[in-house]
Amino acid sequence: MKLQEYTESRHNFEECMKCTVCTAYCPVLQVNPRYPGPKQAGPDGERLRLKDPYFFNYALKYCLNCKRCEVACPSDVKVADLIQSARIRYDKSKPKLRDRILASTDFMGSLARPFAPIVNGVTGLGITKNVLDATLKIDHQRTFPKYSGRSFEAWLRRREKEQAAFPEQVSYFHGCYVNYNYPQLGKDLVKVLNALGVGVRLLEKEKCCGIAMITNGMSEQATRHATHNVAAIEAAVHEGRKVLTTSSSCTLTLREEYPNLLGVDNTAIRDSLLMATRFIYEKLERGASLRFRPDFHKKVAYHVPCHMERLGWGVFSEKLLRLIPGVEFTLLDSACCGIAGTYGFKKENYAASQAIGAPLFEQIRAVDPEVVACDCETCKWQIEMSTGYTVANPISILAEALAD
Amino acid sequence: MKFNTVIIGGGLAGLVAGISLQKAGQNTAIISSGQNALHFFSGTFESMEEPSQQLAELFSEAGIRTHYQAGVRLMPLGTFRPAALSLEDISLFPTSHFGKKVLIVNFLGYHDFFSSFLAEGLEKQGMSCRIHQLKLAQLEWLEQSPSEMRSVQIARIMDRIWDVVVQEVRVLLKDEDTVVLPQVFGLQDISVPGRIRQGIPAQVVFAGTLPPSVPGIRTQMLLKRRYELLGGTYLAGDEATGAHVHEGVVHSIVTKNLDSHFLEAGHFILASGGFFSKGLRSNPFQIQEPVFGLDVVQAADRSDWYQPDFMQEQPYMSFGVQTDAQLHAVRDGQALKNLFAVGSILGGTRPEMGTAAGLAIRSALAAVDQILRRS
Repeated sequence: MKLQEYTESRHNFEECMKCTVCTAYCPVLQVNPRYPGPKQAGPDGERLRLKDPYFFNYALKYCLNCKRCEVACPSDVKVADLIQSARIRYDKSKPKLRDRILASTDFMGSLARPFAPIVNGVTGLGITKNVLDATLKIDHQRTFPKYSGRSFEAWLRRREKEQAAFPEQVSYFHGCYVNYNYPQLGKDLVKVLNALGVGVRLLEKEKCCGIAMITNGMSEQATRHATHNVAAIEAAVHEGRKVLTTSSSCTLTLREEYPNLLGVDNTAIRDSLLMATRFIYEKLERGASLRFRPDFHKKVAYHVPCHMERLGWGVFSEKLLRLIPGVEFTLLDSACCGIAGTYGFKKENYAASQAIGAPLFEQIRAVDPEVVACDCETCKWQIEMSTGYTVANPISILAEALAD
Repeated sequence: MKFNTVIIGGGLAGLVAGISLQKAGQNTAIISSGQNALHFFSGTFESMEEPSQQLAELFSEAGIRTHYQAGVRLMPLGTFRPAALSLEDISLFPTSHFGKKVLIVNFLGYHDFFSSFLAEGLEKQGMSCRIHQLKLAQLEWLEQSPSEMRSVQIARIMDRIWDVVVQEVRVLLKDEDTVVLPQVFGLQDISVPGRIRQGIPAQVVFAGTLPPSVPGIRTQMLLKRRYELLGGTYLAGDEATGAHVHEGVVHSIVTKNLDSHFLEAGHFILASGGFFSKGLRSNPFQIQEPVFGLDVVQAADRSDWYQPDFMQEQPYMSFGVQTDAQLHAVRDGQALKNLFAVGSILGGTRPEMGTAAGLAIRSALAAVDQILRRS
């Protein structure tokens, strides 16, 4: 008998017993006293908001949505979901132009890509940064991600036949970053999967997962993207393919945020959607093998991105990296790098963003690795900009270590 | 994924077991569904005798500083309790009369520390007390969010400005021989409590605050770091949801995050805690152990679970899983050969007596001992 059936509360908020553990692990609370903290913003605030939406507090926008409160909560309260869904429900302010620009990663990508060399040159200029800072409040100290001249989709389409020849097939949800900014990661994945006898296909048509739209007050657009993506992934799943990803934040959005925040049912695809590191690890565990370069040597420090921590799948990337002969492995302490997608690009968040990441940057300098491994593209921008160390997805490190 | 031993529960018992097994060369995983009772830790491993060499080593290698002396310690509301093995932060006294004149210092705006109760309790012991609310400019920014002026937030700042506190207290100090301060020191920098003691020319006593416990969180972080440094796999925020058991032997564990990817092992340790940690769950009819469905020692009639008088000894506090003499967990009357239950989930224990930390360590080490002897 399910006794809790009739008493279950939204995002489990009634389970909160006010133990305050979440407040000890919130990275924002450590640097920004204007933020009410996860307990106050989440379950405590929810009681008040249910009474009267008047109690909605606009300071909830300071939440990073890193989900560390949820990982820490001993009572399974979905604290970050409570905060984000309160923002979706009660925040009536229209998103600013800047927020709309930052959130529309695939639209901006498709605009910028054909003019990549010019765009990259212009966004790298001090004067552009100052103008963006003054007009749009995008912090001038940020380094912008570079755009790639050719999209990953175009690259893979040219290899459709060659990929179709492999005995096993998967589909790849590459995300905006691989498509517009860094196709090399997608190429690395294709290399590793091909070495395992697996061919890679695109989805029918994928859209941005929508994570930045959710946090920037554009939940309607995000819901449209979610409905589209679930259908596109479902089509691949129906044909018997797994759908792989290389970005932990896209994956968390597709798996958790769609049903929990946007109300988009994804049960048909949930079990077939895997981070590539998990798929590869499981394949190796079942007996598949990879040939590695005998001379490979690399000192790797692995940073588990917050959303990977919430997924609970960092263990697959870690074990995979440890399997590579010649990898000298260090697991970095669990900590947020501070960027949280578009959050750290905003002028009002820049200082907080850097202060949150400081302990992680310090540890990276102390470990002094040749490369920092990480499954998240925005962590990569943040860590590279703040420490000068190169950051690579575990898949890219794996590809580099393979024998030709 | 295959391990030598899989441990369910990432608190004191689970981490002590995990570290000991990793040290002995095993490959282990810990499944931790949310943070644990160390966040409410008093700092005293009550009911522990003088630590064995094994335990003393485990603590010192993790960077945890403890001391041992049979006596009493000061409780947050000005009462005293017997104590022995404790974190170095905790002062241990031969008797409850530990000073003549006491200066109790709190920080202005911090409401989780009870100066006046402390003073009342100490005055009962014949000590005279003076309370001072210290106003520190460095803490002012915390006051912008009054609900969040908590031990941990203060401790983060204190790691940087502890010397300001030393200077301020030196100025405040008149003829007092003892200073009592809230336990908000040494979250990251473990040397801070010692430096404060050195800098203030009086006996310094750190008294407990409302949760979260700063020494407790520090202990948790140090143990987890040590476990991971030894190559252990700590699955934070994951939850064991079921197990595959065949003919009295556990083969694998199912978790919420890893769904179809099972965790296989030769041995398993159940250190999932009591009611708070959801190691035990209750409904109006019975108390259950949710992962394996183990036999739970409990009163059959619900009215015998509790005493109507809240302050009375509550029977449900001693409910827990049934084990045999070797700590093998029992299901349907049969002991499972490779599953050990340790810590607060055990039946017949009295956590309200403050024995939980000692029980966690002793039962964890007993299980480790058996696992290592067998393999």
